[in-house]
Amino acid sequence: MAKFNEDGFREPANFTDRIRLAGIGFIGMVFVAGIIVWGGFNTVLELTNREEFCISCHEMNDNVFQEYRNTIHYSNRSGVRATCPDCHVPKEWGHKIIRKIQASNEVLHKVLGSIDTPEKFNAKRLKLAENEWARMRKTDSRECRNCHHFEYFDYAEQGRRSAKMHQTGLNEGKTCIDCHKGIAHTLPEVEQGIGADKHGAAPEVFHPETKQPATAPAEPAKATATQDTTAK
Amino acid sequence: MKNPTRTSRSRTLAILLALGLGLTSLPPAALALDAPAPVKLQSLRGAEIQAMDPEGDGTRNDKDRPPIPRDFVQQPPLIPHSVKGYAITKNFNKCMDCHSWTRYKETGATKVSITHFKTRDGQELDSISPRRYFCSQCHIPQSDAKPLVNNTFRRAEGLSSK
Ligand code: HEC
Ligand code: HEC
Ligand code: HEC
Repeated sequence: MAKFNEDGFREPANFTDRIRLAGIGFIGMVFVAGIIVWGGFNTVLELTNREEFCISCHEMNDNVFQEYRNTIHYSNRSGVRATCPDCHVPKEWGHKIIRKIQASNEVLHKVLGSIDTPEKFNAKRLKLAENEWARMRKTDSRECRNCHHFEYFDYAEQGRRSAKMHQTGLNEGKTCIDCHKGIAHTLPEVEQGIGADKHGAAPEVFHPETKQPATAPAEPAKATATQDTTAK
Repeated sequence: MKNPTRTSRSRTLAILLALGLGLTSLPPAALALDAPAPVKLQSLRGAEIQAMDPEGDGTRNDKDRPPIPRDFVQQPPLIPHSVKGYAITKNFNKCMDCHSWTRYKETGATKVSITHFKTRDGQELDSISPRRYFCSQCHIPQSDAKPLVNNTFRRAEGLSSK
């Protein structure tokens, strides 16, 4: 430890004392630097995780943002919103970083100018949408489930169609995105067998098969019998 | 005719007189050859014709319910659920996502009528014809809005189930 002479000045520290002091100082500096870097990193992460950032480039502002403004996740009676990152960026840290690295690739494409007009955007929309469908399907629509907990669905309160489809669909192992495509944006071309081939999303992509448990098939057959009489 | 010149003269006079009278008694607007007198359009809602439906007027889309019985022969069936947020675009027809023959079994929806497969020229297609693409031209959802005018309409006898 530091010693003091009669005049109150500190005596020069011996060698081991110096090493110890330097060590403590170094750890302290690393600690402070760590906080700054980490804080800065997270600040950037958070800044780029806000709606304003997402729509700061005109590709997003002119296309998907305008479409989303007409949907329930932008405006509804209770004013609770889902913003772009709520659906598109995982909440959990590891997943978030991976998604952010992928997103840098997308920003690169913006800088390279490969999607700089609405026409080019729409030409790419099928590919972009299919990527997003595949991602959500793989995660069992994790981002939807961050807000919507289907365990707490009140089937008495939901509409007839919702209650029926949720109970059969979710039991069959379907996930939100299997049925709720186009929930926030205009859909790309989808093949529906009407008119000429649109080169759009194939039926097996738009309504993917699920491995069904043995009990499921009885349900639709019953619906057929009753519905046939109503159709002319 | 004894005196043709006199009769023709008096006839000319009469025509001129009639024309003169006609011209003075006509409203000046009619002189401008193109514009007919403006018709005053009025909506039953009492709002401007071009005005959008008032927001927050207290009406709500009806809740989902089973198919609604028809009221007259050849009536396009009513839509028994809300269609809020549903779009029919060049890319995608939301209605046909449930009501097409390939999808109705899975969704439990009423399948679209086979009459819709026929084109204007009577040709049968293997799915709905372009003239039937815009479902909401004929099929409409219901809300709890009050009727704008009272009426005594009654369901066609042959369609009543009781
Ligand atoms: C940030 C939270 C949040 C996220 C994430 C989210 N939602 Fe929602 N969702 C809401 C809210 C809030 C409403 C509106 C509730 C209301 O007022 O009726 C809603 C409404 C809905 C509705 C009802 C539509 C209607 O017209 O009644 C559907 C369907 C839906 N969400 C599906 C999804 C799907 C699919 C995803 C994932 C792609 C998703 N949501 C992600 C919060 C969220
Ligand atoms: C098997 C297909 C299917 C699956 C899977 C599915 N939904 Fe739905 N959902 C529907 C249908 C059909 C409706 C009613 C029609 C509509 O809103 O377009 C509906 C309606 C809703 C509504 C509005 C409920 C109401 O009646 O007001 C919400 C919210 C919703 N879904 C959320 C979800 C979420 C979250 C998931 C994933 C956990 C999910 N859905 C999975 C088919 C499905
Ligand atoms: C309720 C969840 C939800 C919200 C909120 C949302 N998206 Fe999406 N987004 C989706 C889904 C689901 C898809 C996949 C395509 C589809 O089904 O429409 C998608 C697709 C996209 C695509 C691919 C192109 C396309 O149209 O398919 C882009 C780009 C995109 N979103 C950007 C945004 C931006 C920017 C915002 C904020 C203004 C936003 N999204 C808000 C759910 C959401």
